[in-house]
Amino acid sequence: MTAAPSTPQDPQNIVIVGNGQAGIQLVDSLRKEGYAGTITVIGEETHFPYQRPPLSKDFMAADKEPKPLPLRAEKFFTDNDVDSRLGVRVTAIDRAGHTVSLSDGSRVGYTTLVLATGAANRELNVPGSGLEGIYGLRTLADAEAVHARLDTVRSVVVIGAGFIGLEFAAAARKRGLDVTVLEYADRPMARALSPVMGNWFAQAHRNMGVDLRLGEGIASFTGDDSGHVAAAVSTTGDTYPADMVLVGIGVIPRTELAEQTGLAVANGITVDSAMRTDDEDIYALGDCANYPSHHAEARTRLESVQNATDQARHTAKSILDTHDGGRDYTELPWFWSTQGDLRLQIAGIAHPEDETVLRGNPDDGKFSVFCFRSGRLVAVESVNQPADHMAARRVLSQGRTLTPEQAADPEFDFKTYSKAAAAGV
Amino acid sequence: MAKVSFHHNDGSVDVLDVDPGTSLMRAAVTNGVAGIVGECGGQAMCATCHVYVRPEYLDGLPEISEDEEEMLECTADPRDEDRSRLGCQIKAGEGFDEIEVDVPASQI
Repeated sequence: MTAAPSTPQDPQNIVIVGNGQAGIQLVDSLRKEGYAGTITVIGEETHFPYQRPPLSKDFMAADKEPKPLPLRAEKFFTDNDVDSRLGVRVTAIDRAGHTVSLSDGSRVGYTTLVLATGAANRELNVPGSGLEGIYGLRTLADAEAVHARLDTVRSVVVIGAGFIGLEFAAAARKRGLDVTVLEYADRPMARALSPVMGNWFAQAHRNMGVDLRLGEGIASFTGDDSGHVAAAVSTTGDTYPADMVLVGIGVIPRTELAEQTGLAVANGITVDSAMRTDDEDIYALGDCANYPSHHAEARTRLESVQNATDQARHTAKSILDTHDGGRDYTELPWFWSTQGDLRLQIAGIAHPEDETVLRGNPDDGKFSVFCFRSGRLVAVESVNQPADHMAARRVLSQGRTLTPEQAADPEFDFKTYSKAAAAGV
Repeated sequence: MAKVSFHHNDGSVDVLDVDPGTSLMRAAVTNGVAGIVGECGGQAMCATCHVYVRPEYLDGLPEISEDEEEMLECTADPRDEDRSRLGCQIKAGEGFDEIEVDVPASQI
């Protein structure tokens, strides 16, 4: 059907660019919401869609030839009557013509287009970055290459003390390897964690035997005669032997298609609270999308499974106009990272200036940091304290709070309080 | 190999032969068993692989860890104090050769 582009088209041909967590959940949600039109999902990797989070955790710990965890069963696409294109890239979007062009020369028409393009690893560009033995970790191909090396190396240098870098560092340490982590900031996971929790993790990694160098970025790599990395030189001039290097310095949202076609982009593809871009027939969600966040009290872009899947559920309703409440996306962000025996969980979004209150004793190896803004609870970071995390999710999801005194008081039954909140009491 | 049966509310059942060491969650997701999600990839972080183990198979299963215990408090469908488990924490061959579970109506 060719509609005048002044009103959104009725969804009949939905094209989804990207088959990761967001794209696949969107397929699922569209069918569950009763959508009976066509769905085409395009993914640039050749593998059947798989889950990324295990790649830096169980996958690295495994003994031999670990297998990826698929996002769904092999028959998911046929069962749901979905046209799945693997190993193909979208090269351009024609908004007026409502088509996308693919790298195999074909074109696909859409009534509704969804960009679930995710993010790409930030590249390192210091002298020596091109040496062999320097890896990123994002795709299954990356993970297989890295895993294969782990049995053959002695010394590992990790660039970046973010989630990926530290998950990998812990796994490498568990294998008995010498692990050095170079981090430019003065504490690990500085972007996401309160200083008190970040500093605790720094010590915890050191207790594991990781040589964590804070305030030291990477300056250059040196190699051997065969063009393979041999050492990493930091910004303080120190040299660390490196049989292999893992670079984990963050990701950049994949916005190139959106930019190319003139959609608004600012730290990701700009969408409204329904996940819609400034083109009424185009949506964006997940790692690539910048949305108005109720919890951050600002526009934000989150990199997490929860964000991808909750936004996918929301986007399906937006496309099909089946929201039974408002169209505003208000799902509580939450996140986890497993670094060896350290299980970090975060509920909500904290700002650096938030007031923090400890619950429990850090020396016990399990405690939480409650973050307050203008007297209200906004986030809770927990390590090895799942009860606090789940209680925080209940409380924050209901828009409820507690006092800093209650948070700090071990006699205060946070769990029971949270269950009452969840029950609307 | 362990024989794992997933019983659904409509009376249908998926019966799988599962390699030792593979969790019920992974077996379900890989084989498209309806109603098991496993959103966190098996880390006991999301409670979307909740199953009700049939009573005759409860003995011999590994103890519920603190992490699993907390997640079981957050399942979408009500927790059964005896039967509820996370599918990602039960691995084929660890305490059983055969197991039957009922799949909850919802996981989210």
